[in-house]
Amino acid sequence: MPVAINKRDYSLIGEETKRAEERGLAAAQWYASPIPRKRMKELMQRKDGPAIFHTLLWFSLLIITGYIAYRTWGTWWCVPAFIAYGTLYGSVSDSRWHECGHGTAFKTPWMNDVVYNIASFMVLRQPTTWRWSHTRHHSDTIIVGRDPEIGAPRPPDLLGMEMGIFSLKSGPRELRKLFLHVFGKLDPEEATFIPEAEHGKVFLTARIWVLIYAAVIALAIARHTILPLLFIGLPSFYGAWLLIVFGVTQHAGLAEDVLDHRLNCRTVYMNPVLRYLYWNMNYHVEHHMFPMVPYHALPALHAEMKDDTPTPYSGLWDAYSEILPALWKQSKDPTYFVRRQLPPHATPYPASMAAAESA
Amino acid sequence: MSQGWIKACDAGEIEMEDVLRFDYEDRTFALYRTKDNKFYATDGLCTHGNVHLATGFVMDNIIECPKHNGQFDFTSGKAKRIPACIDLRTYPVKIENDGVFIQISEG
Repeated sequence: MPVAINKRDYSLIGEETKRAEERGLAAAQWYASPIPRKRMKELMQRKDGPAIFHTLLWFSLLIITGYIAYRTWGTWWCVPAFIAYGTLYGSVSDSRWHECGHGTAFKTPWMNDVVYNIASFMVLRQPTTWRWSHTRHHSDTIIVGRDPEIGAPRPPDLLGMEMGIFSLKSGPRELRKLFLHVFGKLDPEEATFIPEAEHGKVFLTARIWVLIYAAVIALAIARHTILPLLFIGLPSFYGAWLLIVFGVTQHAGLAEDVLDHRLNCRTVYMNPVLRYLYWNMNYHVEHHMFPMVPYHALPALHAEMKDDTPTPYSGLWDAYSEILPALWKQSKDPTYFVRRQLPPHATPYPASMAAAESA
Repeated sequence: MSQGWIKACDAGEIEMEDVLRFDYEDRTFALYRTKDNKFYATDGLCTHGNVHLATGFVMDNIIECPKHNGQFDFTSGKAKRIPACIDLRTYPVKIENDGVFIQISEG
């Protein structure tokens, strides 16, 4: 018998927002795995070294692939070169944006801020808006009506998710907001999580970005070539595919409205190359539970808490073997979600599970 | 309790460059000990979110909130990094007979 599809209201200004607040799911206390304070202090230590090395390597790879793309322009060799350049620009910037946004990648604050602003531009996320959006995402992870960063609402928009491979859904949405900000206006949902004192910063950055885009477009027109846009601007779209491949693994298909990150985040094992590109964000349960631990310490944090968390996925294939059927099922039955199983000696999660069941 | 001074803990209970939670009646505080063995006290909850600072990270005179990485200078209570925008309330601290006392006035 077909199941009636009752779509929940994922906006931040609707009935679900009120309901989440009434149910005590807004800015609530979340479960944290027990880790001795002494060990946690070691894991939270900040360093500049790893992020400086990784960032210099990232910029070097951008320059090398960009140079090859430029030199091979007009031949088929430029295609793989632009794929590599675009991926470094439009996808790898995501994890740099993320870690520097938390202020944990570097020990030195200004280094976090500089890389955060550059990466924000590359990944096409306005820095102030998304800093506050991500703050809310951490307060209310996958709480319907509260979290502005739910990537796979139920029923999932499967076509929209496929379009995400080239940022064809989120990109235009972000550009619309960019122009709104240029004219000194905020989207009503943004106004719920960006404090008024920060509005001026949002508008100023939007105007600077538009000037940069205008300069690149003017150069392309003057030189009668699309080349400048292939280096600045368009990689946020054609290079976004890996961001989606990584990003969907974080929460898609898992429980909503629970106060336990073991139920709504995935940790997926990845090889060292992918972990470099993703700055260890594959340890996503760990990151959400302890966001003050820098990316370079996440493997060690994982070792500390793995007996208290569900078995990690062995790789992207393993994760997608669960995610794709789950999204398909959710497109028919939005009440479906993947229930994560804890190892035998882990702290159980009855209270948060009850919240999920009653949603 | 004399002139609002309350014994919170023994000095040895707080490690160097660390923070400890102290609950008194219906209030919660965070006690800090710096690398150079000075003691400070602030309100225990982050002014941005409903989170105990005592599980956060101490770097020099900064306490970082464990939830959103907002930062405060715990010697002055000043908010130093967003999302923390509102300053923390600080409290006088004294050490007597190896005990850490904080002066909790009304409010």
